[in-house]
Amino acid sequence: MSIAWYLAVSAIVFSLGAVGVITRRNPLVVLLCLELMLNGGNLALIAFSRMWGNGDGQILAIVVMTVAACEVCIGLGMIVALYRRKLPIDVDELRELQG
Amino acid sequence: MSQVLFFIAAIGVISGAVGVVMLRNPFYAVLALVAHLLSLAVLFLLLRSEFVAAIQVVIYAGAVMVLYVFVVAYVGDQSEPLGERLRNPGSVGAQLRLGGVVLAGALAVELLIALLGTGLEAIDGKGAGYSPGPEAFGTPAYIGKLLLTRFLLAFEVASFLLLMAAVGGVVLARRRQGLDEDDQQDVLTPLNLLRPKSTGTMAEGIGKR
Repeated sequence: MSIAWYLAVSAIVFSLGAVGVITRRNPLVVLLCLELMLNGGNLALIAFSRMWGNGDGQILAIVVMTVAACEVCIGLGMIVALYRRKLPIDVDELRELQG
Repeated sequence: MSQVLFFIAAIGVISGAVGVVMLRNPFYAVLALVAHLLSLAVLFLLLRSEFVAAIQVVIYAGAVMVLYVFVVAYVGDQSEPLGERLRNPGSVGAQLRLGGVVLAGALAVELLIALLGTGLEAIDGKGAGYSPGPEAFGTPAYIGKLLLTRFLLAFEVASFLLLMAAVGGVVLARRRQGLDEDDQQDVLTPLNLLRPKSTGTMAEGIGKR
């Protein structure tokens, strides 16, 4: 398959993730959709890496995975903190950021 | 063969993504994301990046998704009310949501134009030449050599970022009001001076302290 097919799949996955981030209200699902967007980016990076026969894109994809793991760690920690404080788990209800 | 595999994996990737966005129950959304990640690993294998595909399966679909499942089980079933948009289609929230979908559709069109409409001729090819071998493109040896030579700084910064995220996760999710009054005056050890109260030790987690 030519590289263009992979890039098309990555663009579609990225946009689907963007739909989820914009429309969903549960912060857990918003985090999942952020993962989708990062995965779309990863697929494009690896497709370009294959296109040039150069490993830099793969290294960048690994770094993106690291950043995604950190984001999941912090995001899930925030969701657990919200749940402990009996705050609503809903991004529309959360309007204030106070300690 | 590779074309059949590509289409199967691409359908898995896109339907997994649709499942994450559409499913109401967060637990099913996590399972759809696992299916998405496994299909994506097949695409990575087709692009000859074996190491990235392996860590995608082991770390992403294994470890990170287990974390998600734990948090979904802890927070509980927070399904969004089904068909809220259908009941009152004229509300401001529903219009905003429709606007979000339109915006993302425009983003998809723009991305496809930008990615596929470039002047790069190589985009229509199958990629650069590939010769199998122990240190070929995408093998662990190749990635390890790159990580420890050209990208050493990025590697170290990423590991430091992971450390910061681990500390931040503990600080964010710690138990804040877990102290009983009669537990306040216990034996003063050097560790108690160093450590602020209720920073989420194991003893606090089971309510001992």
